[in-house]
This record gives sequence, C-alpha cells and structure tokens, in this order.
Amino acid sequence: MNDLLSSLTAALSTGAVRVVDLTLTLREDFPTIVLPPEFAQPSPVRIERLSRYDEAGPAWYWNNLTFGEHTGTHFDAPAHWITGRDIACGTVDTMPPEDMIAPAVVIDCSAQSAADEDFLLTREAVKAWEASHGRISPRSWVLMRTDWSHRRGAAYANLRDDGAHTPGPDAEVMRFLVDERDILGFGTETIGTDAGQGGHFHPPYPAHHYLHGAGRYGLQCLGALDQLPSRGAMIFAAPLKVHEGSGSPLRVLALAPGGQT
Amino acid sequence: MMVEHFPRKNPLLRTQTPLLPPAARSRAAHLLTAAACAGRFELPCCTTCNAFAWPIPEACPKCMGEIALRKAPQGGELLSATVAEVPADPYFRERAPWRVGLVKLDCGPIAVTHLGPLKEPGARVNVTLMLDRAGQAVLHAGPQKGGAMQDDPQWQDMVANPRGRRILITDARHFCAIPLTQALVKAGAAEVTLGLHDSWKPFEGRGALESLPCVKIESLDLGSDRSIQDMAAQIGGKIEILINTADVLRPGWLMSPRAPVEAKAVMEIVAFGLMRLARGFGPAMASRGADGARSAVAWVNLLSVFGRAHPPELAGYAAAHAAALALSHAVRAELATGGVRLMTVLTGPTEDEWFQAFPPPRVSADALAKAVLDGLMRGLEEVVVGDVARDLMARLEENPKAIERELAQGRMYGGAA
Repeated sequence: MNDLLSSLTAALSTGAVRVVDLTLTLREDFPTIVLPPEFAQPSPVRIERLSRYDEAGPAWYWNNLTFGEHTGTHFDAPAHWITGRDIACGTVDTMPPEDMIAPAVVIDCSAQSAADEDFLLTREAVKAWEASHGRISPRSWVLMRTDWSHRRGAAYANLRDDGAHTPGPDAEVMRFLVDERDILGFGTETIGTDAGQGGHFHPPYPAHHYLHGAGRYGLQCLGALDQLPSRGAMIFAAPLKVHEGSGSPLRVLALAPGGQT
Repeated sequence: MMVEHFPRKNPLLRTQTPLLPPAARSRAAHLLTAAACAGRFELPCCTTCNAFAWPIPEACPKCMGEIALRKAPQGGELLSATVAEVPADPYFRERAPWRVGLVKLDCGPIAVTHLGPLKEPGARVNVTLMLDRAGQAVLHAGPQKGGAMQDDPQWQDMVANPRGRRILITDARHFCAIPLTQALVKAGAAEVTLGLHDSWKPFEGRGALESLPCVKIESLDLGSDRSIQDMAAQIGGKIEILINTADVLRPGWLMSPRAPVEAKAVMEIVAFGLMRLARGFGPAMASRGADGARSAVAWVNLLSVFGRAHPPELAGYAAAHAAALALSHAVRAELATGGVRLMTVLTGPTEDEWFQAFPPPRVSADALAKAVLDGLMRGLEEVVVGDVARDLMARLEENPKAIERELAQGRMYGGAA
C-alpha cells in the first residue's frame, strides 16, 4: 500500500497524474438558487473584511464569511431533501469519509446544451454513452458536462418568466443511475443537480428525489469538467463538517491522468 | 427630452472646504428646528396671551406666559432690505453679497430674515421657516407669489434642487424607482445612476429607465461591502444627491419559522446596508458640500413609518427600519459637517406588491416620487407621506401606548399580513 501512495506521489510530481480544480470561485455576486420569495431564502456569499494590515489588525488579514449551505460549488447531503430525511448518517458531519473520494465518469453534453438550454440527459443517452465508454461502475460519481460554467451572471442563472432554463437530467435517468448503476452521486455545472425546469417533472426535482432518497450525493456549480477524461478521474469532494449540515460549499479536486482530456 | 449640459469642474482648482453658517441655538430655539425640518410654518406664540414673538424667547415678553409653536400666517411686509457686501462670518463672506430683510410679520413681530430678490420697502413677502446649511431654522422672505426662487442663490443654498446634480438611486427594483427617476430627470438632474442588486436576475424596469436621458443602471448590492466600494470608487466623488430606496419587505410575526432569516435579510439591507452606504459614499459627499455649482446637497432615506410604530405582523421589518432611523441620526451628524442634508421620507403601506394584503389607502409610486422631489426642493429633513403615516405620527405624539395596543390587536390593519 505504501508503494501505491509513493507511486501516486511520484505521478503527481511528474505530471503523470494531474490535479484538476473543479471549483468555481466563491464570489459575492455568484448566482444562488432562486425560490419563490415567500420561502426562506439562503444567504448569498458575503465576504466582510475584519482587517487587512490596518488599524483593525495591523499585521494580519482576515474576513468574516457568510453563505448558505447550498451556495457556490457545493455538496448536497441526503438530508437536504425530504426523501433523504431518514437516511442514517445523511448529514455532512456524519457521512462516511470513504464517500468523499470516489471515481468519476464524465458524460459530455456540451454540444447538446449549447443547442438547447433545456437539454435533458436521458437513460437512452447514458446507455449510448456506456456503449462506447463502458458500463458505469458502482459507487461512481456521474458528472454531466455542459460547459455551463463558462457562462457568467444572468446567462448562468438564465432566468425567465417561467423560471430557470438550464440543462439537467430527466426523472427516468436518475432512477436508472441510482437503482441500476448504484452511483455514488451526480454532479452538474449548473446551479442545481436538477434541470432548471425540474420542478415540473414527475417527481419534481428528480435528481434530488432519487439521489437523496437512496442516500446518494449531489455536486453542483462545478467547473473544468472539460479538463477531465470520460473515465479514469478520481474525485475528492469533502464538504465542511457542519453540525447536522445539509450540504456545504467545498473545494472539489479531481485526479486525472496526465496529458489526457 | 432636452438634455441640459452643465460645465465641468476645472480639475486644477482646489475644492473648497465646506463652511457652515453659525449653528449655535438655544434649546428653546430647537422648537423651530422641528417645524423647519418638516416644512411647517410655525412661530413662537404665548399660550396665555396668544401673542406671537420673535426671536424665540424663553417666556412671553408681554406676560411671561409659556411659549409654544403655533401655525402662523406666512405673509409679511418688507420694512427694509440690506445687502451685506463684506459679512464678517466666513460662510456668508464666501457667498457675499448676501441679502437681509427686516420684515413685519402679519402675525405681529418684526424679524430679520434672509431675503430673496426684493428691494423695495413696503413689498409684500412670503416668509418661510427653513433649514440653513448648518441645519438650523431660519426665516427666509421671498416674493409673495414664489417668483424666481430657482435663480435666488440664497434660497438655492438652503435647498437641494436636483437641477444639474448627479444622483444615485440605490435600488432600481424599488416600486417607486421609475417615477422617481422620471421626476428627477424632469427636474433637470444631470445624471441619474440606479443601483441594481442581483443583476443576474431579470429586471423588467430596465427598458423604461434606460429610455430616459442621462440615466444608467449599474450593479449595486447593499449587502456587499465590495459592491458598494466598487461603485463608490467609480462615482462616489460625483454624487450630489443620494436617494437610498433599498428595502426588503417580508411581513411576518416574530415567532414564525421564517422570522429569524427574514429579519436578518431585512437588517442586512435596510440597516447594515445604510451603514455600508454611509461608509462608501458619506465621506466624499460630506467633503463636497461647497464644490461650486454642483456641491453635494442631500442624502435621502426612504423608510417606513413602521420603524416608529411597530405592527407585530411586521416584526423584523419594523425593527430593521427602527434601526435605520436610529442610524440616520449618525449619518446626518457626519454629513452635516459638510452642510449635506439627510432627509428621511416615511411612508405607511405603499403600492409595493408586498403590501398587497394591507387595506387602502396605500401610497402610490407617483405620490412618493412627488413627495421626495418636494422635500428636496424645499430642503426638508423629515417628510411623512400618506394618510396612514401622517395619522400614525400624529397619534404617536398624542399617545404611543394606544398605538401599540391597537397595532397588537390588529385593529389598525386587521392583521393584514
């Protein structure tokens, strides 16, 4: 085992294994999930300076941070959704640390999402992907690449009178991935794991419904998925250990074979 | 719409330090301050013999009776007009020549007043109680029918005319933002910048605002230090009137599950947002109180009368507005060092969609915009808009406990929220 870690260290130093940062910068103007305003709203990101080598602290710089658990690049734990309310160890402080490191497959939907902002990933599309890339291994992350993270501001949120229009999975593919492929979690580049119009699906918000109901996880607002291979990456996704937390912003790192995309 | 062009400042010239007229007043004289702040023409009057007196005495000079303010007729006769060519006081010397009148008030006393463009003894004058640049009450005598007050530099020095000024409205999404901007543009504002929070969300008022001349929309989030700093760095030194429209109305009882989060959200914008704005824009405005023809003149906070009388169904909202009202005093004190006025505009329920369940009368956007303009043009410090707000303020003076009980029992709004 020591040899394995030594080999990894060597591979990292030579670039044979790359570290890819899949995290978007936590900024104050980063769009957050939009709920009807009569519901409680999450705090946006706030970075308030305590001192920066000034009279409030002559030799040190630090800030107060404020944000909701589901802000920026963030992790959804099972307890986030009502279907996951009875899952044992379903919060970020109790979830097994083994689940924080797992392999990932990347399904490239960037061309389809560029053509259709409401593009939906289907079971057929996943099976077609498997036909050319191999079957999705159990306990893998499935990451839906849309290149949505290349957008900014209003184009990223893409809100219209009838809500957000962003790509995501349909209900059937989520049931398929959870029940028949036993995935560990599902990740997206958009604000939620569900499509922008996912509230109108059956069940509403099917990614949340099926993932968390089965004790699986979500990752959203990911970036740099275009830097990962279709198979072979390893994801490090460790949310903050928030007491009874339903999720948290986090740094998501991937190990990927060097020189491959 | 014609756009008037205003001369640019010569960047080689030193910006003058704002000076203020003499500000010392007796405690009794602040009775007049209260009336002048609200634009009421009330003069000292004996409660025993009903004789008006001027200047304000500690007791009636005729019968030693107690003095109170009483509404007085605004007319008078100019006895003499004097032009001070070389006043001793530095503030007036910078502005000389300065006209001073001796006026026989219709209610009896003879008063020394600031004087409009009048010369001839015997002329009928209209006397106004107003705030000077030090924020103290003074009398101004002008032509009886208003006349050319727009061109009277003494009058203009005491008011906050939007003409030629660059104005920041902090929240373009406020229900009154469009009519307020239209009114400011019509009044001759040189530029109006509107702040837009959550600029990544759709904004349906954009077209109406951007179709107006000299109007632009910029990202501004009062919850963010950085956002305010970014805007202040760009235009903080070019704002002469700041109108803080930012508000978050979320009706709710104190013990409802959403209350803590929503109260915090309101506080973040209404109270802490005001603090952030003051830190970002206050110093530059206070330093530009004498910056030539386009000196900084006014800071306006649109706040709720429920910051004074607190319905339990608006628990967090009322607390945030009470906090903002308290903070306003600190902002006013700092701005006053540069002669910049802080005007508070209080409303009751408005036509904002969040007041939907409140019964009429509700203040319309047009009425609110008109009240803001009127307050600026008259140099007021306190404006109360709408029947509900006026009624509440009057009754608070009379019996605040009665207001508290009636609001608690839902007898004023029927538990609308």
